[in-house]
Amino acid sequence: MEDSEKKAPSVIDRYFTRWYRTDLKGKSCEDHCILQHSNRICVITLAESHPILQNGRKIKNINYQISDGCSRLKNKVSGKSKRGGQFLTEFAPLCRITCTDEQEYTIFSCIRGRLLEVNEAILNKPDLLLEKPSTEGYIAVILPKFEEKSKSVTEGLLTREQYEEVLTKRNQQEEPC
Amino acid sequence: MLSLKEKDRPIVGKLLCAGCCVRCVLRFCCVGTCSAYRRSYEDIHKELLAFISEESSPQPHDASGEEKTDEPPNKRLRIDEGSTEGSVTAAQTDSDICPVCLGVLQDFCDPTFAKQVSDAVKNQQYEFDSLVLTVSLPAQLSVREHSCWLHVKKEIREKSMCLGKEDVIQVKDAFKWAVQGKIGQELGAAVLANSSCEVSVGFMHPETEEDCHFLANTCPDCFKPTKNKASIFTRMAVVKALEKISEEKFSRHYPCPPKKTNTRCTALDTTCLHTSVFIAGRYNKFSRELPQTPWVIDGERRMEGSVEELIAAPLLSSFRADGFNFSSSGREDVDVRTLGNGRPFAVELLNPHRAKFNRTEIKQLQETINQSSDKIRVRDLQIVTREATSRMKEGEEEKTKTYSALIWTQKAIESTDLEFLANIKDLKIAQKTPLRVLHRRPLAVRPRLIHSMSSIYLDRHHFTLKLCTQAGTYIKEFVHGDFGRTKPNLCDLMKTNADILELDVESVDIDWPPAIPD
Repeated sequence: MEDSEKKAPSVIDRYFTRWYRTDLKGKSCEDHCILQHSNRICVITLAESHPILQNGRKIKNINYQISDGCSRLKNKVSGKSKRGGQFLTEFAPLCRITCTDEQEYTIFSCIRGRLLEVNEAILNKPDLLLEKPSTEGYIAVILPKFEEKSKSVTEGLLTREQYEEVLTKRNQQEEPC
Repeated sequence: MLSLKEKDRPIVGKLLCAGCCVRCVLRFCCVGTCSAYRRSYEDIHKELLAFISEESSPQPHDASGEEKTDEPPNKRLRIDEGSTEGSVTAAQTDSDICPVCLGVLQDFCDPTFAKQVSDAVKNQQYEFDSLVLTVSLPAQLSVREHSCWLHVKKEIREKSMCLGKEDVIQVKDAFKWAVQGKIGQELGAAVLANSSCEVSVGFMHPETEEDCHFLANTCPDCFKPTKNKASIFTRMAVVKALEKISEEKFSRHYPCPPKKTNTRCTALDTTCLHTSVFIAGRYNKFSRELPQTPWVIDGERRMEGSVEELIAAPLLSSFRADGFNFSSSGREDVDVRTLGNGRPFAVELLNPHRAKFNRTEIKQLQETINQSSDKIRVRDLQIVTREATSRMKEGEEEKTKTYSALIWTQKAIESTDLEFLANIKDLKIAQKTPLRVLHRRPLAVRPRLIHSMSSIYLDRHHFTLKLCTQAGTYIKEFVHGDFGRTKPNLCDLMKTNADILELDVESVDIDWPPAIPD
């Protein structure tokens, strides 16, 4: 074995496919990355281009209470078929994140399905979201609605290549994030 | 000779009048000797006729006759004399099919039918030295039996006697007594009350299927609606309803004695079933490209072969079984090897046509499995009881397993960086259901123990980690953390990103099945 930093594909590379949704709800650069497992379960994370992860921002608060009647923390699933999970559409809010510069961002589901869990670790340690947005700083785990063709879940989502094209275009237009 | 008594005389007469077959007559006289039912129809008939033509007299009848009743002699039933009771031999209806057993105790008790059953069994080529005979009768026979019993009860009640329904010999028993001798003879096997080989004979009678229907109106709560198109008139439901319904209500809805029919029962195909045989052992898996069970998604086979198929195939053919169920003490992933003594497993062979194997033959089977593929190896192969297989799953939380894992670390390490691992004992971890199995397992948090660890330094980014853990621990997730959902994990302990490149199971610490010395 070589003495080098290069290694075999990571856990994410081995088991997941990366999908992207950019400029959520028309808000510039608010990009999400959906990690789709080969067993169809999806993990919602911030894409590396999301404003929260830029310019050394710090997080003041993360709130899973998205409305008077609904807190993502109250989500409870039971049994193998995950009964009881809150049903999500593509634009269902998962949480609201407020940074120390008072900027507020809403993180969205991006896919249709049942909410399995939200990441409570980031409530106690928001830095996780900044340091490891693709792993320990994940936002939520969702069981997609369409069971057979996982492809139909990812309709409307960008592949990694398409995402990188979007980034390239942005850089050329020099959009501030 | 039949052991009939004085008190049976009126019963015999009444039943023969109603058109009952001679064996049903014996049943209602509570004749409990098997040999009586084996006699030929004509034989029994002759003796019954002789019996009822005798007067109630001081001369005792044949073998019995201890009773001398003080009752006045009954109206005698004379042969061929028109009497108020009706003639016994005159055919009152066209058919001579017994209205109670619908023919089951008539022609089906002949040696020819017994031979038919035996031949059907021989064709299926089972090996056995004993068998149990089971008989299934159409539900409406219970209704007819009940009707006949009420009919007889009425008669003897007038003589202040009593005939419990339990005292009457059941049709099933009479049939078995009549045929099992011949069947046992033909098959060269003992017919017992219990055996691992079951021969099932069934009858149906479509003509009278509606006989039961009135019970649904009188006792609706006995009949539960069924999911598929199966009839709600199961034997059990009908029997239950008959227990509940009053005599008076029954008599209003159903004739007592039961009416004769035009057809007799038809026999269903004779079926055989051998109880499952269980084969246990321990298996090794040497391939990193072999699933334990067939890997099929949406009807498509994703990877060829599986541990269970490799083990079961030779067993299926030697035992000539219809199918199998494979279970084991835990499982390993496709890409994980199972080394050491191997993992305990048990195969249930369904309906084996051959079940007796001696030690040498089992050893031979083990060799065959081992020769068939270099991807697996089997040891300690043996036949076990069904009860013994529960040993495999017992104490699943208390058992331990040891593993060897090839670890990659993101930060560069020296061998001294690994020393602390050996000092960690009984580390408590909490594992949320790993994402990779979350699609088929409930979401839960599992507390587990890492009992001990040791390491072998390989290079600045690799080492071998040996662990002894509580059963049910997800090793891969302990190493890479599974998005932080296993806490603490190896990344936390080593303060670096880490990943698992290879995993081997070194031992499954369960002392079952017993080791078989080579």
